[in-house]
Amino acid sequence: MTASGTTDRMTRLLALVPYLSARPDGVALAEAARDFGVPERQVRSDLELLWMCGLPGYGPGDLIDVSFEGDRVRVTFSAGMVRPLRLTTDEAVALVVALRTLLELPGLAEREAVSRALAKVSAATGDAAERVTPVAVSVDAREETLAVVRTALEDRRALHLHYYVPTRDERTERTVDPMQLLLVEGRWYLEAWCRRAEGVRLFRLDRVDDVVVLDEPAAPPPQATSRNVDDGVYQPGPDAPAVRLRLARAARWVADYYPVEDVTPVDDPPGGLAVTVRTADLAWARRLVATLGGNAIVDEPVEIGTQVAAEARAALARYGVTPGSGG
Amino acid sequence: MAAKRAERLVNLVIALLSTRQYVTAARIRATVPGYEADDGSDRADEAFKRMFERDKAELREMGVPLETGRTSVFDTEDGYRIARADYELPEIHLTGEEAAAVGLAVRLWESAQLAGAAQSALVKLKAAGVDVDTSRSLPIHPRLDRGEAAFEPCYAAARDRRQLEFDYRRPDEDSAVRRQVQPWGVVAWHGRWYLVGFDLDRQADRVFRLSRVAGTPKAVGPAGAFEPPADLDLTAVVAGQAAGEEHLVLVHARPGTAVGLRRRATSLGPTPDGAEDRLQLRTTEPWALADELAAYGSDVVVEAPTEMRDAVIARLTRLAALGEKS
Repeated sequence: MTASGTTDRMTRLLALVPYLSARPDGVALAEAARDFGVPERQVRSDLELLWMCGLPGYGPGDLIDVSFEGDRVRVTFSAGMVRPLRLTTDEAVALVVALRTLLELPGLAEREAVSRALAKVSAATGDAAERVTPVAVSVDAREETLAVVRTALEDRRALHLHYYVPTRDERTERTVDPMQLLLVEGRWYLEAWCRRAEGVRLFRLDRVDDVVVLDEPAAPPPQATSRNVDDGVYQPGPDAPAVRLRLARAARWVADYYPVEDVTPVDDPPGGLAVTVRTADLAWARRLVATLGGNAIVDEPVEIGTQVAAEARAALARYGVTPGSGG
Repeated sequence: MAAKRAERLVNLVIALLSTRQYVTAARIRATVPGYEADDGSDRADEAFKRMFERDKAELREMGVPLETGRTSVFDTEDGYRIARADYELPEIHLTGEEAAAVGLAVRLWESAQLAGAAQSALVKLKAAGVDVDTSRSLPIHPRLDRGEAAFEPCYAAARDRRQLEFDYRRPDEDSAVRRQVQPWGVVAWHGRWYLVGFDLDRQADRVFRLSRVAGTPKAVGPAGAFEPPADLDLTAVVAGQAAGEEHLVLVHARPGTAVGLRRRATSLGPTPDGAEDRLQLRTTEPWALADELAAYGSDVVVEAPTEMRDAVIARLTRLAALGEKS
C-alpha cells in the first residue's frame, strides 16, 4: 500500500531529483516542501541523504549533486534520475476515478479541461488504466445550481434562492451569504449564513430552486462558524426530544439510514426493531412515520401516531374508504 | 525508514537503471554500498540474502519494475535490471487549467488508501514537471469515501482480483449471512458505497451495500483468480438494480399543497370541478412514490393508475390503524 510511511519516503526520494531536474532554474525550499506536503526540514534531510547516492563508483563525479543559492535549491547532477517512477495501480485509480467524478460535476471545474486532463493522465498511466477500474463514483449533479453557487463562492457574493423544506412541504425564499460547498454522502450542500434565520444553515442543492448571484458582497457575520459534518449532516442535539419507534421488518432500513439510539430487537411487530431517534423537529418525525406507511409504530410521543392516523382517515374518506370496513 | 536502508534502496535503483546488463546479486553486493560484505562466512551470506530479498520486495511493492534474467547464455545465474522505459512515467504536459482540475480531483479522496495514493500520484506528476497548485484554498469540500470500514479491503480485493468473504446483513434479515464473492469493484452511488461482484453461492451478479457488511471482509486465495466481464459498467450494475421501468402517475392536489411533488411534476391544469390541480408524475420506483403520496395525506389523491391508487389506500389503511392502538 502506497500510504505506508516507509514507502512514502522512498516515493519522495525517487521523485525529488526528477522534480528538481524539471525545474532547472531552481526551486525555493519552502515551495518544494509545499509541493511534497512535508516540512522544510524533511526536504533538507532528504536532500542530504540523496547527496550520498549516485552511480556505481560513487566518486565525486558519480554522486547526485545539489546546489543551494540562498534559499533556492537546484540539481546539478542527477545520476540518471530524470523522470519519476510510473504510477502504481492505486495511484492511477485514485487519479482517474477522481477525474471521472469531476467530469460528472460540470459545475465544479471546466469540463473541457477535466476531460483533457483525464485523457493525458490515462495515457500516462499505461497498463494500470487499461484494466477495469475497480472503483466508480456517481454523484447527484444539479449542474446549474452547482455552477451558480460556485461562482458566488469564488466571487464572494451573496445569493438569493428558493429553498424547499420537505418537513413542512413549503418553498421558502432567502438571501444567504455563502461560506462553503460540501459533498457529504453523495449530496451537495451549501453552507451559508441565512439572513432570514440569522444562523448558519446547510442547504441541500437538490432542494434549491431559482438561485441568483446578487451584486452585493457575501458578508457572513463573525459569529458564523462552519459546522463539522464528519459525523453526517444530520446532528440532533442530545437534548432533542426522543421519538421512540418500533420498526417492522420492512422499515428496519431506517436504523441504517438515520442516526438512531437504543436499538433493540422486538417481537411486536415480528422481527421488529425498537429505536430512538432524536429530533427537535416533530414535523420531520411525523412525516417519517407517514412515509413508512404503517411499518413503524410510534411509542412516543403518542400524539405523532394519533395525528398521522387522523390524517390517514381523512385521506381515506376522500377515496370513499372507511377504515376498518375492509376497503 | 532507516536512512541507511533508504540510501541503499536509492543506490540500488540508480545502479540497476544505469545498466542494460543484468547484474547478479553477488555483483550488487560488491558494488552497492550498505550490503553485508562478503567475508566468506555463511552468516554474512545469510544476512545479505535476507536484506536483498527484503529490498527487492520493497521496490516491487512500490511499483519498481525489477526484471530478472541473463545477459548472455554463458551467465550461470540470474541477474537484475530495471528497464528505463518501464520505470519512467511517460511524458505528460498539463495546461494550468488541466493541472487545476487534477488538483481539485485529488481532494475528492479521504480514505487512507486512496488519499495516500492520490497524494503520491500528485508528487509524481509534480516530479514530471507539472505544476499543480494545491495551496489555493477553494471553499469546496468534496468527500466521497468517508467512514466505510469495508471500503479498503473490498477495493484491494477487487484490484487484485482475489475472492472475498464477508458477513452481510440485510436490514430485513435477522442475522448476518456469510457471502463468498468475486469482487468486481466498489461504486459510490447516490451517496452510498456498494460492492459489485459475482456471488459464488447464488451463482449470480450481486450488489452489496458496504454499510451492511459486518466485520472486516477477508480476501482468500490467490490474486488474479477471476476476470470481471470485459464490458462491465459498475455504476450501471448498481443503477440497474435500483431503477426499474418508468411509470406515469396522475394525482389531484389541493391548491397550494404538495409543493415537493409539484417541483418535479408536470401540471395538467385544474380538475373538472376546478377545486384541485391535476399533476403528472414519472417514477421508476413506484413503491417509494406510493410511500410519499400516502404521506401527503388528504392533500393528494391518486387518479391513476389503479395499482398506485390501491397501493396508497393500503398504506393509508395501515396508517389509520396507528391511532387505534393507542
